Amino acid sequence: MRHPDINSLHLDILKEIGNIGAAHAATALSDLLNKKIEMRVPKAEMVTFNEMVEMMGGAEQVVVGIYLRIEGDLEGSMFFILPVEQANRFIQHLIHDGRFDFRTNASDLGMSAMQEMGNILSGSYLSAMSDFLHLNIYPTVPGLSIDMFGAIISIGLIEISQVSDYVIMIDTSILEEGLENTEMKGHFLLLPSPESFDVIFKALGVE
Amino acid sequence: MFTPKSGKVVKVGIAQMDVAKSPDTIRTSGLGSCVGVVLYDETKKIAGLVHIMLPDSSLSRTETINIAKFADTGVKALLDKLLLEGAQKYRLKAKIAGGAQMFQFSSAKEMMRIGPRNVEAVKKILNDLGIPLVAEDTGGNTGRTIEFDPATSKLMIRTVNQGVSEI
Repeated sequence: MRHPDINSLHLDILKEIGNIGAAHAATALSDLLNKKIEMRVPKAEMVTFNEMVEMMGGAEQVVVGIYLRIEGDLEGSMFFILPVEQANRFIQHLIHDGRFDFRTNASDLGMSAMQEMGNILSGSYLSAMSDFLHLNIYPTVPGLSIDMFGAIISIGLIEISQVSDYVIMIDTSILEEGLENTEMKGHFLLLPSPESFDVIFKALGVE
Repeated sequence: MFTPKSGKVVKVGIAQMDVAKSPDTIRTSGLGSCVGVVLYDETKKIAGLVHIMLPDSSLSRTETINIAKFADTGVKALLDKLLLEGAQKYRLKAKIAGGAQMFQFSSAKEMMRIGPRNVEAVKKILNDLGIPLVAEDTGGNTGRTIEFDPATSKLMIRTVNQGVSEI
């Protein structure tokens, strides 16, 4: 299924959802860290699984990934993906431990801080989206994994793969102020299930 | 992996399959709950790799199916492709890797157990086709990149935390 009915207006609507959700999440992150967080213009694209993995930096790139499932009026997957270096910076700052490192020196405190950060950010993203769409959305408790991007994202892609060979991804990147020119980009990735697009468009009165 | 090779690396993406002959090697990256299935003919030094996502093509709700996506259709299609390339069925053996559970959830939802289900489905179809499974590195909660060398019949497995191993 190539979602033949998805046109550029639909993609604009999905970008707006990314915009609203990620803006709230970025504000929550900024409050949590007491740092300025910049947000990029959201992207909404329909791509193959392999195109998506390439666009995000390749299957083997090691990242810190938070994943949760969305249930309720809408279904799908939500990911918060951070480069390991950026996640280290955030957690070091949050727990006041400059030695914390997800790869080599991961304390329980740091791991649960990351989990909690995932909880707060995904909660802000999804409640903003829920308010905007007037839909009930129930997120599961987020899971945390430090691993290859391809392995992490596959849980979301596998679910979609039952219905489609394409994924519509809503991707918003965030950056810590002062690191704009680095590779330290975090991503909020929303992958609604293929059946959920009609629900989204109907909620906004668009056919 | 540590000696310079004259061959190239054939890369296989998600829900894709391909074949490589020595001196080339064949690789797929970032397996999570997906399973990489290698079928190889030691004498002909030829190998095929399929990166499957789902256990059973009956799970598909699409009109046309990508056969490389499912364990049942993918392994069968890979076998046919290898036979066309000159492999002998009686000599074929299999090595598999992947099928991890990347996130731990208390949720009873079946989708969360997709890794183990993929592994079970691959083993069943290999058994049905009479292809011996000689080695596996499956399960756990870690991603894997795998590369098979048809010259040595070794499957190299790389993970983020445990480095490189060979089966």
